[in-house]
Amino acid sequence: MPSIYTSYDRNVRLTWVYLTSFLVIVIGVGYVFATALRSPGILPFAVLFAVLMSFGSYWWSDTIVLSMSDARQIDFEDDKELFRIVENLSITAGLPMPRIYVIDDTAMNAFATGRDPEHGVICFTTGLLARLEKPEIEGVAAHELSHIGNRDTLISTVVVVLVGFIALLADWFRNSLWFGRNRDDNNGGGQLQFIFFILAIVLSILAPIAASLIQLAISRKREFVADASGALLTRYPEGLASALRKISADTEPLEAANRATAHLYIANPFKDGKGAKLFMTHPPVEERIAALIGTDNQQLTTDNK
Amino acid sequence: MIIIILIVLLALALWGVLTYNRLITLRNRTDESWSDIDVQLKRRYDLIPNLVNTVKGYAAHESGVFEKVTEARTRAMSAGTPDARVEAENALSGTLKSLFAVAENYPDLKANQGFLELQKELSDTENKIQSARRFFNANVRDFNTQIESFPTNLAAPALGFTKRDFFELEEEAAKKPVEVSF
Repeated sequence: MPSIYTSYDRNVRLTWVYLTSFLVIVIGVGYVFATALRSPGILPFAVLFAVLMSFGSYWWSDTIVLSMSDARQIDFEDDKELFRIVENLSITAGLPMPRIYVIDDTAMNAFATGRDPEHGVICFTTGLLARLEKPEIEGVAAHELSHIGNRDTLISTVVVVLVGFIALLADWFRNSLWFGRNRDDNNGGGQLQFIFFILAIVLSILAPIAASLIQLAISRKREFVADASGALLTRYPEGLASALRKISADTEPLEAANRATAHLYIANPFKDGKGAKLFMTHPPVEERIAALIGTDNQQLTTDNK
Repeated sequence: MIIIILIVLLALALWGVLTYNRLITLRNRTDESWSDIDVQLKRRYDLIPNLVNTVKGYAAHESGVFEKVTEARTRAMSAGTPDARVEAENALSGTLKSLFAVAENYPDLKANQGFLELQKELSDTENKIQSARRFFNANVRDFNTQIESFPTNLAAPALGFTKRDFFELEEEAAKKPVEVSF
């Protein structure tokens, strides 16, 4: 019997499955590249580089994202109702209250960031605040707060480190081919070395793509988890479902978003065409609504409007 | 052979320690969230004198209502046991309802900005009390699940951990459907 709880449990489990598989794949790919290049020493370097590149964006995620998004902070006096909504949800979740920001844009969207709950930030567009009803805003706020509470910034950073690690190894391998370092070594290694070499060439093209696909798959599952956690906070999944319906019906793209921050928003801010599901940062809206209120209800509400 | 027995005992001891610590964490979280409800209740106590004074300014002769509210507030603040507390809180909610019902008869009062703000604050405080209760229930659920799950349920009674109750709806009247008649 599907419910919010089972949706939550299932997607958390899937996150672990994807992360573990990703780690295993990364270790395998690393092994192939290191053997093909006959220099296991590149592995620690690749790990170090990947971690260093990602650490800054994790540690200062709130400052970085806010400055890229042209947002302004609001406090209690600016918007009492929104402040109270976020404050009460924080009490229900047992989290410290995040800082609230607003983007002046008529497009409807929201995001959350921050390296941990103590440095949490949530941001809404003025368009969203104007066009959604209070239960819908509550649903969106609960979803965003859940991203903070579920430490999704940390999970995304771990995933980005793994993707970066693979991308680095693939790049270094391709560079080594170009500069002909291996041509002299090939005669010494024998057939096994040759197989690894061919494998490495194939992986240097496929591995980064596969890594991105896993990253997107994890991102989609985390969206489901945030939907379920948010519904468990408000105990009113119809609020978020109704908000998602309205947000997805709006075709206006959000100007402040760019490719780097797109995955943080509650809905894809570019309003691109459908595209293959594998390449989407967010799950399709119909699936999210169905997970929240069940497929029978979904039929009812879309017909009744 | 001795080595195996020692390893098994060590593993059991380790499990015991981890389980005990986990139960302590969950119980303390539950206790903390219980006192968080008190924090929200206190907000209500602090708002009430202001509310009473504002209404008095427009409806001074309705003294009976004011006295009831003030009395109920004092009783709720000084209630000892949790049961007495719950009863006093419900009585206080009742007197507040009477106060707002009285305020309905004074259009000047209803237009007063200060009164409207206080009404919003009180309504928000009720929401905060609900939020705190929901958080408490979530903690009780986690605690009870841990206590009742195998194998923790073998050790929990021995270690002195017992199930907690959810925050139940106390007012029988609140469970009945609300009638709206104009």
